[in-house]
Amino acid sequence: MTLNDIKEKLSLEVIAGEDGLSNEVSGCYIGDLLSWVLGKANSGDVLVSVMGNSNAVAVCSMIDLAGLILTENSPLDEDARKKADAFSIPVLTTPLNHYQFANAFSKIFNQ
Amino acid sequence: MKTNDSLKLHYEVSGDDFISAGIASSRVKNKLKQIGYPPIAIRKVAVAMYEAEINMVIHANGGTIDVDINSERIKVILKDIGPGIPDIEKAMQEGFSTATDEIRELGFGAGMGLPNIKSYTDELKIDTVLGQGTTIEITVYCKS
Repeated sequence: MTLNDIKEKLSLEVIAGEDGLSNEVSGCYIGDLLSWVLGKANSGDVLVSVMGNSNAVAVCSMIDLAGLILTENSPLDEDARKKADAFSIPVLTTPLNHYQFANAFSKIFNQ
Repeated sequence: MKTNDSLKLHYEVSGDDFISAGIASSRVKNKLKQIGYPPIAIRKVAVAMYEAEINMVIHANGGTIDVDINSERIKVILKDIGPGIPDIEKAMQEGFSTATDEIRELGFGAGMGLPNIKSYTDELKIDTVLGQGTTIEITVYCKS
């Protein structure tokens, strides 16, 4: 399943890094503590977080995450947007919170 | 990469730019991909070096990074002239952190930096002198 499929099914809004929407998604990791994400997420996971800063985008790039989904429509910094575009790291937003998003993701991902 | 080839890279890390911290790690990761290093070794270097680079910016006002890559292993030496680490044993514990609230708000300072560096390296050496600085030497083997 690609990030674009997930975007369509869960009505996510793309706010940066559109070039990476064809990335394959192999799982999901939820977290706001970036060292935790760095150490524990698997490459191909989509990161679900409220951290819309350039360090979150850098972490996605360093460990080859499929993209970043900002819950509760958390804002993305301007520096982060530029970095996401430059590195083709897709950043999408949802009004759902972490729990609601995990529920919705689980339903479509395990179909 | 042939057995006797060696690639050396040098980076200066600015201490006042937390937003762009990680550039050196990102470049090394891309270089390893180009060379065709195995993904597991790349992941290990990426995590360990990124954490160490972030630490350098957060705690030590920047420093220098020297990378030496050959067909068998990658060695990364990060040198700063920061305050040094008063208690390494404590700093290696998961959850222990001396980061400021500002750094925590950016998603770091969870006390996972050094533990991540340790678990993602094959060999780790830390030399630290209070008031003089810290040198961290990370080695990751190609066949790790």
